[in-house]
Amino acid sequence: MRGIRRCTGLIAAGLMAASVAADACAQVATYEIVGDGIPIPLQGAEGRADRGRAIIVDRQKGLCLLCHSGPFPEQRFMGDLAPSLEGTGSRWNAAQLRLRVVAPERLDPDTIMPAYHRAGSGARVAPAHRGRPILSAQDIEDVVAFLTTLR
Amino acid sequence: MTSRRFSTALIAALIAAMTSAPASSEAGDGRRSGYLFMSPQTRAMQDDDMANPGMLTVLEGAELWSRPTGPAGRSCADCHGADGSGMRGVAARYPAFDVAEGKPVDLAGRIRKCSAEHLLIEPPAFESRPLLALMTFVAHKARGTRVTTGEDPRLSRGIETGRGLWRTRFGQLELSCAQCHDDNAGRRLGSAPIPEAHPTGYPIHRLEWQTVGSLQRRIRGCLTGVRAEPFPYGADELIALELFLMDRARGMPMETPGVRP
Ligand code: HEC
Ligand code: HEC
Repeated sequence: MRGIRRCTGLIAAGLMAASVAADACAQVATYEIVGDGIPIPLQGAEGRADRGRAIIVDRQKGLCLLCHSGPFPEQRFMGDLAPSLEGTGSRWNAAQLRLRVVAPERLDPDTIMPAYHRAGSGARVAPAHRGRPILSAQDIEDVVAFLTTLR
Repeated sequence: MTSRRFSTALIAALIAAMTSAPASSEAGDGRRSGYLFMSPQTRAMQDDDMANPGMLTVLEGAELWSRPTGPAGRSCADCHGADGSGMRGVAARYPAFDVAEGKPVDLAGRIRKCSAEHLLIEPPAFESRPLLALMTFVAHKARGTRVTTGEDPRLSRGIETGRGLWRTRFGQLELSCAQCHDDNAGRRLGSAPIPEAHPTGYPIHRLEWQTVGSLQRRIRGCLTGVRAEPFPYGADELIALELFLMDRARGMPMETPGVRP
């Protein structure tokens, strides 16, 4: 709490570059892109596939099924703005999946897929989400762990 | 031969009937009203005035229209006629350019200005029952007339502002209106079909809201959906978006009160 408030003050005062301040505020992990992947898990976290599945089907948290469908038989009304997640684990390895969830705009700057781990630069971000990534480093690792099981 | 010719004529007649029948639907140029994205049940509800819950709001508006109010005991009807027939087509050209303000004003803003300047009352609050009732009454008078908003060249700056906002990536999800409504219309966002966002049925009765709501409320909902802080009611930005959308729907028939799930 205290950290966040301090950061907000810094942003308001314009003392720091926005990205740096946001990183400090919301624990946006730094990562390195190698080729078309991010080989090292964010913050070295270990992902758990069952939690990843729960995040993906959660329409308030992962939001994935607003756009994607996938092998989730209990889920009704999955979106069709994006390819099915079925088989993603056989098309991509963990590093590639991590990049596709963390920074999909690196592969296609016009993609509608949100970048899930960055303090966004969208206009008028709502106060509750300002300076925060959509998913934490741990959430990302959980999601990646689950996606690799989709074969 | 004769029967062949007959059937051709019949088909032509059927096609003519089909293209003119739904007061609410296509512009004939590929643009599709939100109505066409709705389930048959929702469409049937909109089509039948006895079943359309928005018609109750129209009646409520009709009552307010002719009720004397304020220190001067005036009503809308005193200036605009008892049955509101002078309002035919008016909503189809809003937002309109307001000379006194030097900027576009939408229907809500116009009714609020009339309340203050002519009825001498405190203008009804944004999204309040009385304001929505009057808006729905007036827009219903334009039902079936074609949108003309944007013909006035003084609106072009506002339209461009709206177009810029339409293409702005908003919120934590960094999505623009255009990415959903231009690029992905007809697809499904979860359970919701993405309409083209033509504002021809507004104010609409939305079953989820259990009431009528304005176009501004709808746009604010989409902004909240992408985790953006919505513009406040009455903001110039919302009026610019309304203006852009009405200009984009120019030529399409008004359908107020639309029904949405
Ligand atoms: C607003 C829409 C949207 C949301 C929300 C969304 N995605 Fe995507 N996603 C896309 C689109 C569109 C693509 C296709 C890439 C492209 O062309 O932009 C994609 C591609 C992908 C891919 C690569 C698929 C492949 O086989 O190439 C993965 C993996 C993926 N998304 C996972 C996810 C996960 C996990 C979530 C939620 C945490 C998610 N997406 C949320 C729109 C979305
Ligand atoms: C992530 C996708 C998405 C984005 C971004 C989005 N919308 Fe929407 N919009 C929808 C969906 C889905 C609906 C259908 C209504 C519903 O059921 O929620 C809708 C409905 C509408 C409607 C009502 C159309 C009708 O026929 O009733 C309007 C108008 C509209 N949006 C305008 C906008 C504007 C303006 C923006 C940008 C500020 C915007 N939308 C951003 C998905 C989106």
